[in-house]
Amino acid sequence: MRYLPKSPAERDDMLASIGAQSIDDLFSRIPERFRLAEALKLPGPLSEAEIIEYFKQRARENSVAYTSFLGAGVYNHLRSVVTDAIIQRGEFLTSYTPYQAEISQGTLQAIFEFQTLVCQLTGQEVANASMWDGSTATTEAVLMAERITRRRRVLVARSLHPEYREVLRTYAKNSGLDVEEIGFDARGTLDEKALGSAIREDVAAVVVQSPNFFGAIENVPALRETAHSLGVLLVVAITEGVSLGVLRPPAEADIVALEGQSFGLAPTYGGPFVGVIATQEKFVRQMPGRLAGQASDSQGRRGFVLTLAAREQHIRREKATSNICTNQALCALAATVHLNLLGKEGLREMAEQNLSKAQFALHELLKIPGIRQAFEGPFFNEFTIRLTRSVDAVNKQLLGEKIVGPLALDPLYPELPHHALVCVTETTTRADIERFALALRGALRRAQEQG
Amino acid sequence: MSERITKASRHVSQNEGLIFEKSSPGKRAFDLPPLDVPAADPAKVLGANHRGEGVAGFPEVSEIEVLRHFTRLSTWNYAIDLGMYPLGSCTMKYNPRVNEFVARLEGIATEHPLQPQSLSQGCLKILRLLEECLLEITGMDSITLQPAAGAQGELTGLLLIRAYLGAQGNPRKKVLVPDSAHGTNPATAVIAGYEVQNIQSDPDGQVDVRKLGELVTPDVAALMITNPSTLGIFEQRISDIAAILHAKGAMLYMDGANMNALAGVARPGDFGVDVMHLNLHKTFSTPHGGGGPGAGPVAMKKILEPFRPIPVLVEKEGGELALELDRPHSIGRVKAFSGNFGVLVRALAYILAYGPGIRQVTEDAVLNANYIRKHLEGVFALPYSLPSMHEVVFSDALQKQNGVNTMDIAKRLIDYGFHPYTTAFPLIVPGALMIEPTESESKEECDLFIEAMLTIAQEAVSTPDLVKHAPHSTRIGRLDEVAAARKPVLRWKPDRTE
Repeated sequence: MRYLPKSPAERDDMLASIGAQSIDDLFSRIPERFRLAEALKLPGPLSEAEIIEYFKQRARENSVAYTSFLGAGVYNHLRSVVTDAIIQRGEFLTSYTPYQAEISQGTLQAIFEFQTLVCQLTGQEVANASMWDGSTATTEAVLMAERITRRRRVLVARSLHPEYREVLRTYAKNSGLDVEEIGFDARGTLDEKALGSAIREDVAAVVVQSPNFFGAIENVPALRETAHSLGVLLVVAITEGVSLGVLRPPAEADIVALEGQSFGLAPTYGGPFVGVIATQEKFVRQMPGRLAGQASDSQGRRGFVLTLAAREQHIRREKATSNICTNQALCALAATVHLNLLGKEGLREMAEQNLSKAQFALHELLKIPGIRQAFEGPFFNEFTIRLTRSVDAVNKQLLGEKIVGPLALDPLYPELPHHALVCVTETTTRADIERFALALRGALRRAQEQG
Repeated sequence: MSERITKASRHVSQNEGLIFEKSSPGKRAFDLPPLDVPAADPAKVLGANHRGEGVAGFPEVSEIEVLRHFTRLSTWNYAIDLGMYPLGSCTMKYNPRVNEFVARLEGIATEHPLQPQSLSQGCLKILRLLEECLLEITGMDSITLQPAAGAQGELTGLLLIRAYLGAQGNPRKKVLVPDSAHGTNPATAVIAGYEVQNIQSDPDGQVDVRKLGELVTPDVAALMITNPSTLGIFEQRISDIAAILHAKGAMLYMDGANMNALAGVARPGDFGVDVMHLNLHKTFSTPHGGGGPGAGPVAMKKILEPFRPIPVLVEKEGGELALELDRPHSIGRVKAFSGNFGVLVRALAYILAYGPGIRQVTEDAVLNANYIRKHLEGVFALPYSLPSMHEVVFSDALQKQNGVNTMDIAKRLIDYGFHPYTTAFPLIVPGALMIEPTESESKEECDLFIEAMLTIAQEAVSTPDLVKHAPHSTRIGRLDEVAAARKPVLRWKPDRTE
C-alpha cells in the first residue's frame, strides 16, 4: 500500500527483533472472540486516480454551473490562490497544536497575528486562537457571559441566525440556562420595546447578530446602554466578516463571536470554517479556547507561546472554561493570510463592492411588480424581500434557469410568509443580477397567470 | 559534546518580524475586478454605521511580502512531512495529498450548505458512504457526522445518553471518568450537565473492575473509557465493564482517540460500547493543521439512534438522499450546517485508499510502537508493563536520578531532528514519555528515533546539563511561559514596537 513505508522483509525483521512469532502476537491482549476473523467490508483499495474520479463524479451531482443568491451565514467571496499555496505547505498543514514552542514558532506567530487582526476588525482588546465556527463561538460567548455575571437568563434576538439559536439551545438545555427570544421590529432589528420589558438584573447577556439574519444592522451602542444599565453583557455575533471593512466595529460589545468563513474559506457544504471570540482584556481569564501570547527566551529574543492555559481542559479538566481542544487552526491561518493579502484597502474595497452590488440588486428587484423590501434601514450585502407568491415555488422555476434563488424564510420564520433573503457579493456580476431579476420577473408573472 | 545526530543538520533560518511591522500605506497584495454596477456612497447608505477610516492598523503589504512572510514562518515549524511526530494520543500520521486535492474540487469546495438538496446529492452521497464505512469499522448501528471535533463528539455522545436515560425517566447525575483519561472527558461531562466522578486505575493501569461494581450507583449515567487506554493498553475486561454498567442501567462511552490500534482488528460495537466518537484528524489522516480543523463523528447503538442531532441523513423513496430536520427526539443541533464537510471528504478519501487493507495500517502502527518499546525498555523505565498496542508510555524515573526530566529529554529530542513525544501525560504516570509512532514511520525512521533516545539517555548520565538546557539548535530557546502568563501580551499594538 502506497502510504505504508515497509517492505514485507522489514516487517519480518521488526517482528523478529521484538521476539514475536507473528503480528497476531501483538494483539493477543484483545480477547480472541473480539478479534475480527474476516476483513472489513469496505470499498477499495483505490488508486489515487480512482479516488479523484470518485469525487469528481460526486461533484458533478452537485450544483456546478449554477449562479447562487444564497448567503445566510455562508458567503461566496474572492479568494487568492496564494492563500491555498501557503496553507498547503506541509509545515503548516501537517503540524500539531503548537505546544512545543521552540519548533512551532511559525504557527504561534501566525496565531498571534490572527488574534491581532480580529481585534482590529472588531474593535475588541483580545481575541482567541479560534473556535469551531460562528455557531459554537456564539454559544461559548453566552456560556462565558454566564460565568462572568453568574446569572442564568439569556435574551437572544430572534434575528440571530436560526441555526446558531438551535446550537445555543442544545447547550443551554443541559447547563440550566434559560434562553428567551426577543422579536424584531418593522426595521428587522431587535425590538427594543420587547427587550425593555424582558431585561432585568437576572439576565447574563443580550445576544444579537449584526448585520442580523435579515441583513439589518443593529444599533450596538444603544443596546450596550440598555444592557449595561442592568449589569447585563452584550454579545454580538457576526456571520459576515467582510462587512467589517465598511461597517463600524462592535467595539461596544462585551463579547464578539465572529464567523470568519468570509475570509478566504470556501463554502465547502458548511465547513470547516473558523469561529473566534473577541472580548475585553478584563474578561480574558473567562475566555474559552487557546491563546497565543508574546514571550522571551533567556537571551531576550521574542517568541510566542500558548498562554493562560490554566483556563483549558488539559490543565483544569472538569473546572475548565470549555471542553474545546482541537480548534480550526488551519482555517484561522487561511483567514490570516487572506486578510494580509487584502490589506486595509483591499478589505475596504471588497466591502464597498458588496455594498454597491447589493444596492444595485435591490434597485433592480424593486422594479418587478409584486416585490417589495421587507425591512427599511441600512444593510450590507443581504436584504429581505417580500414576494406575492411562495418563495419555494418561485425558486423551483429559477432552478430551471440555473439559478439558485434566495433563501425562503417561511420555514424558519412562519411569521414571514413569502419572504426571501437575497445575498450578493463582489463575485456576483451585474449580468448575474440582471439575469436573476429577469428570471424572477418571469417566474412571478407565470405564477400570477396560473392564479 | 557527545552529539551523534544522524537525522538532522543545522541550516540557515530566516528572520522575520510581524506582518504589521512591514506595513506601509499604499502597498497592496490583492486587486478586485472593477466594479460593474454604480458605486454606492457608503457614508450615505450606512450613515452612522459607516466605518469611514477603514480598519485601523490593518497591514498594507505586497503579494511577495505576504508569501515570504508565511513561507519564512513555516520553516520555523516541525511537521509530519519532515519526520516522525511521535506525540502519544495524537496519531500524527501521513496526510495524503490526494485528500487535499479532492476537498478542493469544484463541485465540492464550492457547495453552499443551504442549496437545494436536489443539487447536493453528490455531497450527501459522500456523507452516506462515509457513514457506512465508519459503521463497518466501529461495528456500531447508527452514526452522526455533525460534531466539529473530538470534544464535541464527546458532548454529543453524552447528550445522547442523557436524552435516552431522560426518556426512561431519569437522566441521572454522574459520569465516571478514569484518572488516565484525556482532559476533554471531564470538561465535556460538566457541559453535558453531569457531575464528574474520577475513578482510580488499578495497579496495572486498567479500570478496577471489582471496584467499578461498587462505583456504579443508580446515580451513574455512564463511564467514559478510552480503549486502548492512554497507556496504550487494551482494557482486556472491556465486556465485563460494559456488563457491570448495563446491569445498573448505565452506559459505556468510548473515547475513540486510540482507534488507530483497532481499525480492522476489533470493533467497539462488538465488545459492549454503547456510543463512541472518532477523531477523523487522528485515525483517519485529516491534517492537524497546527491545531485543527478536525471532525468527531459519533457512532452508537440502535437505542440511541432516535436522539441523534439534526440534521439527520436519510434515504428517501427512490434512493434520493436528504438531510432531515424534523426529528422530535433529537438532542438538537450541535453545530451550524452539515458538519466539517471538508474534513469528512478527506477522511473518506483515506478510507477508500485502503479499503479492507486498513487492517495493515493498524498492524504497522502496533508493530512500530512495540519495536520502539523493545529497544528502549530498560534504558527508560516502563511503569506499566502490560503489552502495548499503538503507543508506549515510559517514565523519566531513571533519568531523574541525574536531574533530567521528561521535558528535558523531549526538548533534547528536538536537537536530534524529531518532534517530542507527549510529555507528562497520562497523569497517572509521573514524568511520562508517551510515544506513538503511527504506521507512517519506516523502520529506518524508527531506528533513528531509537538511536536518538538512547544517545540522550547516555547524555543524561554523562552531560546532564546539555539535556537540561536543550534545545540548542532552534531559533529561540525555552520561552519564559510564566512571565508570558503573568503579563499577557496577546496582540500586536503599534506602541509596543520600536
